[in-house]
Amino acid sequence: MKNDNDAHPILEVKNLTKDFGGLRALNCLNLEVYRDEIVALIGPNGAGKTTFFNCITGIYPPSSGDMLITPPGEKAKKINNLKPNQVTARGLARTFQNIRLFPNMTVLENVMIGRHCRMSAGIIGAVFRPKSTIVEEKQVVADSYGILEKIGLASFVNEFAKNLPYGAQRRLEIARALATEPFILLLDEPAAGMNPLETRELDNLIVQLRDQEGISILLIEHDMKLVMSLSDRIVVMDYGRKIAQGTPQEIKANPVVIKAYLGEETDAPVEECTDVLR
Amino acid sequence: MDYFLELLLGGLTRGSIYALIALGYTMVYGIIQLINFAHGEIYMIGAFTALIVAGVLTLLGWNQVAILVIASLVAVIYSCAYGFTVEKLAYKPLRHAPRLSALISAIGMSLFLQNYVLLAQTSDFLPFPSLIPEFKFLAPYAHIVRSSEIVILITTTAVMILLTLLIKFTRIGKAMRATAQDREMAMLVGVDVNRVISVTFIVGSATAAIGGVLIASHIGQINFYIGFIAGIKAFVAAVLGGIGSIPGAVLGSLVLGWTESFFTGYVSSDYEDVFAFLFLVFILIFRPSGILGRSETEKV
Amino acid sequence: MIPSLAEIKKSLLTSLWFMFLTFPVMVIRVNTIYKTVEWRWRNLLIVGAGSFFLSFLWRYLIKRKETGQKKIQPGSTSVKSLIQSAFDNPKLLIPSLAALAVFTTAFPFIFSLYQTNIMINALIYIVIGLGLNIVVGLAGLLDLGYVAFYAVGAYSYALLNHHFGIGFWTALPIGAGMGFLFGIILGFPVLRLRGDYLAIVTLGFGEIIRLILENWNEFSFGPSGIANIPRPGFFGIDFSLHQSTIFIYFMMVALVIFTIFVVNRLQDSRIGRAWIALREDDIACQAMGIDKTKTKLTAFALGATWAGMGGVVFAAKTTFINPASFTIWESIIILCIVVLGGMGSIVGVITGALTLILLPEYLRAFSEYRTLLFGVILVVMMVFRPGGIVSTARRTYQFEAIGNKDEKR
Repeated sequence: MKNDNDAHPILEVKNLTKDFGGLRALNCLNLEVYRDEIVALIGPNGAGKTTFFNCITGIYPPSSGDMLITPPGEKAKKINNLKPNQVTARGLARTFQNIRLFPNMTVLENVMIGRHCRMSAGIIGAVFRPKSTIVEEKQVVADSYGILEKIGLASFVNEFAKNLPYGAQRRLEIARALATEPFILLLDEPAAGMNPLETRELDNLIVQLRDQEGISILLIEHDMKLVMSLSDRIVVMDYGRKIAQGTPQEIKANPVVIKAYLGEETDAPVEECTDVLR
Repeated sequence: MDYFLELLLGGLTRGSIYALIALGYTMVYGIIQLINFAHGEIYMIGAFTALIVAGVLTLLGWNQVAILVIASLVAVIYSCAYGFTVEKLAYKPLRHAPRLSALISAIGMSLFLQNYVLLAQTSDFLPFPSLIPEFKFLAPYAHIVRSSEIVILITTTAVMILLTLLIKFTRIGKAMRATAQDREMAMLVGVDVNRVISVTFIVGSATAAIGGVLIASHIGQINFYIGFIAGIKAFVAAVLGGIGSIPGAVLGSLVLGWTESFFTGYVSSDYEDVFAFLFLVFILIFRPSGILGRSETEKV
Repeated sequence: MIPSLAEIKKSLLTSLWFMFLTFPVMVIRVNTIYKTVEWRWRNLLIVGAGSFFLSFLWRYLIKRKETGQKKIQPGSTSVKSLIQSAFDNPKLLIPSLAALAVFTTAFPFIFSLYQTNIMINALIYIVIGLGLNIVVGLAGLLDLGYVAFYAVGAYSYALLNHHFGIGFWTALPIGAGMGFLFGIILGFPVLRLRGDYLAIVTLGFGEIIRLILENWNEFSFGPSGIANIPRPGFFGIDFSLHQSTIFIYFMMVALVIFTIFVVNRLQDSRIGRAWIALREDDIACQAMGIDKTKTKLTAFALGATWAGMGGVVFAAKTTFINPASFTIWESIIILCIVVLGGMGSIVGVITGALTLILLPEYLRAFSEYRTLLFGVILVVMMVFRPGGIVSTARRTYQFEAIGNKDEKR
């Protein structure tokens, strides 16, 4: 586990609050992710985990609070009011809880879409095909194929995405997100519906992404075995608040967490909206 | 002041007719997400059927009120039958097809029905017998309101109330609401979705037919093309109010009716439609789902 | 293949139903002007017998359709496998293209002036159809008012010529530019709208443009339109009507080839893929870094450009335009071309245009039943081939194990 306390977090969320009318979905949430780490976000259903993802990635505007990212080698930037495509261009990519592939495009094209924000060809390029565009297109195809090979989907390359088996579709979503060259990857229940063999392969893949690609992972998961095996750190949410964080061992033994899952009454420590309490 | 009242009432009348047609659009859209292009033709067929029945009965010498009732009843029955048949032939096979395909099928049906009536009847404008008797007590107000307008308003209100009762309090109404929200789930809990969809079409066709009979009596003539124009307007009204929402259809229709009436009365009649459409665009810019529409927040 | 008793009963009931349904309209003809009633019992028999026999055919075809749903492969087309196999096999491709080229070149000399004119019409619709295909087929934006851009192009040429004597060849790029500009102008307000709301607003825009043209007499000369629009010239040569038509024909062929070339390149590029992603899932496409606003506007603007060009040619060909040529039905026909042919597919749009434009001409034999049959054909085509005549083929790539790639269409 590499969690260098001197290093600056690459993703920092401060006092994030999100209201939907009268319903407070996120309540003063604080969270950091550092370089080269895998953080799991767990909690009972309805805790606000996917809402949290949606806020960070620009799908919902936050009601209050700040979200900052620090791309490697650059300064921290606020991403509060960015549109989803702008967030992705900054280096933060995601997958979806309910698979959202492009069903009538081939597997390769799905990944090529991920390259869109790293390409520059426009109308002129498309119509006149200057050398630079041709080179760029060739590069994109090669890069996308390379990603498919890494993920293990190369055999499906020309298949329509909608025809893929379920496990392959989940991995394709990851491949597509990888194509955007993120430095942090948000995975929303990547193991949902997978059998134990597929889950093991996913485990290896995610570790590979952290170690070989240098991408930090923040994942929402319900599969506890995977979470315990994979994570460097775990953050636990309930009712829109963070109720605990720590290493897998710490979380396993944490009575507050246990009670949140088992549903007993508890006086969970409420996060105050100050900078002091962590 | 009298002029204002006249325009107000005229707009209300227009809006009522649009509402009767718009209801059919919005109900069908709510349940199968289809813009039923052929709906205007159902309205037209209602009017034609009423004309034919009234024509026959007049020649047989029946009295006016009886003709009105019988002709309306027959018109409603036939429009329902047409609506039911159109759905079974042109839309049911396309329930799982891309939405645009169903739309094209609807357009084809619209073309077919228009020309069917054209060829089987005539392309002329046929005068429609004024089935609604002139009420004597309205004589002093004749310059502001006609008895047919009163009948239209009362009928439309009655239809609205009946429809609301149907949707809210009957079992089939509940089934319709369930199917509109989630068709798969409704099937899983035992709702006969095919039947519900047919009923939706039938009810929508019935209201359109009533509208057809009323407006034909009011204006005094019909031809095979009236469905198209009225259909477009009613569709605009349904969208304006929020497509899929029944109160929205009524609200949108009233707004459209008044907008047209006042614009024609006070500004110009040439640009009446331009203004109506611009108004629609304006509203949709600020409320992209229509006035009462559910803003479709997709679960991400 | 003798039908069972149950099937005969079903058809009998169907026949009775249709006889009931069509009774007022088909049998009774009331003339309220002359106060007569005509009873046409023969029609009842025709409906009865016709529906009885057709119901067997219908049930059979529906059953066949339901059991025959195949998985569609990326590189395949179902019905037009002849064309596809021609494309794949170079030995077949060259002779086919050559034959097509010869036929196209010889067409105006083999067929009459009248038929050449019809073909020119079809060619114009191919260009416009390919333009709408960008908006509807690729980007998935339901535009019901596409005819507005067509009108903009036509009136640009007519008015510029009327006031400033601008010639055809100068007007052509201007028409394209005006189309592009209006595509952006009309695209802006609809950015936030989804699906059917977009449809009704674009329909509204189409009507607004037509109504303005019809009523603003000082600007557009109203319903009487603009006449004496010059046909395209060629270095000042004086063409007879016949020669001019042939000239326009070849010009249109060139324009069609140009359009196919450009649209094909657009489809197979970063922009093209972004459009398709937008159509497939607009939330996911944004999450993958695609700017939804820019992509939508580009689709509208580029799509409108072709309509603008088509409008200029239309004005030059018919030498007279008025608002009546630019109604909702035009938009609907163009939409039908795209959907019927096969959304997103160039071959599909061409097929659709040729079918929808040439078919009514050959249906002229049925004269008054033309539009009726047209409606029936639309319904039948959609019920039995909802994906269009030509299903969408996606580009396939060949790879060797190492990662070298060869591209093949």
